[in-house]
Amino acid sequence: MTARRASLMVTCLGDLFFPEVGVSIVRLLRKLGVAVDVPADQTCCGLPLFNSGYRGDAAAVARRTVALFKESEYVVVPSGSCAWMVKHEYPGLMADTAVGPEARELAARTHELSQFLVRVLGATEFTAAVPGRVTYHDSCHLLRGLHESESPRMLLGKLRGAELVPLPGADECCGFGGSFAVRLPEVSSQILAKKLANVESTGAGCLVACDAGCLMQMNGGLKRAKSRVRALHLAELLDGGR
Amino acid sequence: MSDAELTTPFRQRAGSAMKDEFLQEALTIATTKFIGLRREAFAGFPEGEALRDRARAIKEATLQHLDRHLETLIANVERLGGHVHFATTPAEARSIVVDIARRTGARMAVKAKSMATEEIHLNEALEAAGVTPVETDLGEYIIQLAHERPSHIIAPAIHKTKGQVAELFTRELKRPAEPDPEALTRIARAELREKFLQADLGITGANFAVADTGTVVLVTNEGNGRMVTSLPRVHVAVMGVEKVVPSFTDLMVFLAILAKSATGQKLSVYTSLVQGPRRAGELEGPEEFHLVLLDGGRIAQIGGPLREALSCLRCGACLNVCPVYRQIGGHAYGYTYPGPIGILLTAMLEGAPAVRDLAHASSLCGACVDACPVRIDIPRMLIELRREVDDEKLAPWTERVAFALLTKLLQNPRLYRFAAKAGRVLQRPFARDGRISRLPLPFGEWTRTRDLPPVASRTFQERWASDKDLRA
Repeated sequence: MTARRASLMVTCLGDLFFPEVGVSIVRLLRKLGVAVDVPADQTCCGLPLFNSGYRGDAAAVARRTVALFKESEYVVVPSGSCAWMVKHEYPGLMADTAVGPEARELAARTHELSQFLVRVLGATEFTAAVPGRVTYHDSCHLLRGLHESESPRMLLGKLRGAELVPLPGADECCGFGGSFAVRLPEVSSQILAKKLANVESTGAGCLVACDAGCLMQMNGGLKRAKSRVRALHLAELLDGGR
Repeated sequence: MSDAELTTPFRQRAGSAMKDEFLQEALTIATTKFIGLRREAFAGFPEGEALRDRARAIKEATLQHLDRHLETLIANVERLGGHVHFATTPAEARSIVVDIARRTGARMAVKAKSMATEEIHLNEALEAAGVTPVETDLGEYIIQLAHERPSHIIAPAIHKTKGQVAELFTRELKRPAEPDPEALTRIARAELREKFLQADLGITGANFAVADTGTVVLVTNEGNGRMVTSLPRVHVAVMGVEKVVPSFTDLMVFLAILAKSATGQKLSVYTSLVQGPRRAGELEGPEEFHLVLLDGGRIAQIGGPLREALSCLRCGACLNVCPVYRQIGGHAYGYTYPGPIGILLTAMLEGAPAVRDLAHASSLCGACVDACPVRIDIPRMLIELRREVDDEKLAPWTERVAFALLTKLLQNPRLYRFAAKAGRVLQRPFARDGRISRLPLPFGEWTRTRDLPPVASRTFQERWASDKDLRA
């Protein structure tokens, strides 16, 4: 199945902190013959509000998002957690409102990037060469919320020049958890320290994830420790490993 | 935990726990072991997934008609010659047990491991009434000697290393003890054997109670449960009302997954089925049998937001996999039930204000849902509790203002773009080589241990708006 047109939901973290990930996704999709658009005035999916219990506020933000992507054929999201929010929580948040049906439709049309590439487009061969060892961290929402552990690994496994090595405890949380990271910074940091010790044990020079939240947390720890390991988004590797 | 300790904020309690090297060592070893054992047990058990679904369905169906199943249970326990008591509150439950002890002239009570009796603080009440409680589960025995409370639902002394237990035995039992688990168990066994023979009262919890036969089911590994239910003159079982299951067929479903989830065993070493007091012609068993049914906030949740938590089997699997529990252990939570499920149970038993901070003691990673034998959606209910805390205005005002501002910002793209620009200006003094290593509070909570990426010089949407190449 070939999608002709897809809209990028860049997400707040992607927009503000990781614009290069969005650029990589645009290039990737275009190479696969998909026309990409970016509906203007995007902010955030509302997950930070939702997770902290501000349900009404989250619903208000979510309603905006539903309206922005109303015309989209497919919506592609670089973060598993934001994709999960749209797919899993939007329908319930707006169930009893006029936009309930639209929220359900958006949920069905929305895909996390690796799932969109593998499960919608059927694109698994990326020839961009990334030298050296890479390892993959399962983001919690992508793994346990969207039940996806295979697509990113399949894509990385086929990357020419790259050697995918398993990460011990790959399915364990990195300690980000949104506001959790600043509400209980000591606990969050200790969880992170254990994750990064596992990363270092693989000898990989590149740590890959499919969630901007995890990348912010893990890169923050790696840079503070002056590690030689870089944490990158999957899209950056598929697009040439910059 | 004492009230004095609870006045220490949760974050500080967690911080102290993470500085305790013994606790850290013990926690890592034990939880890692439990995770591996559980995984292996289910890997070799292909029907496990379907049984988990079935178990959950039985729990849901039983809750739907809990009154009826409890009536059946009561009728059958009484038919077997037992007595049934109903306690609305922990205080009522305590006084029921203390009255039984008084009436039967009990001086010493031996106890099997029971979270329900921990929940109602039974030991203190017994002591006040002049009855000596003796914990006979090895882990419970250790923490009773140490004057502590359980830090894990099934492994109460999980926070202690064998070296610490040896020191404790040497000090409290006044006999030299080596840090060897087998030798330590032998010492405890010898001490406890005397108590079993002296005790007048045996107190247990119940993992299940089968309604249509009036059977109380105890799942144990040390055999102490059998001694407690068969040697003393009187046996009292205390159980939460949600522990009733309709039939033996249902019971089998739970037994097939409980031990695998808890310890990775196919079955626990002992599965004891207790049916009322000793009957004519029987050689062992108590003269009197009492079943205390405990509400304590459970019944209100049958129609409440925490209903799912009433399906909990108390296996402890969610504790072992929880990244937060694995760092801080059970005591830091501050209440009887620790870990992710413990936060929900604390809210159920003590009310939502008690978990104002605990509701946030989770990264919502969902590992607990995957490990739970009945797939309780703990993160969903934690978010629900956070909502209640927000709605009741129990959250600090600074936080409520911050989230109100965030909502405004995310609803208004012009404001959002302005914030990005403002961020770029404000971060200038802190950004070096494409990273921020130090920021004032509240962002300083992040940068104390982690770098932060600066707001990009051009956001993705700014690039999309201005770069023709990108749009083409």
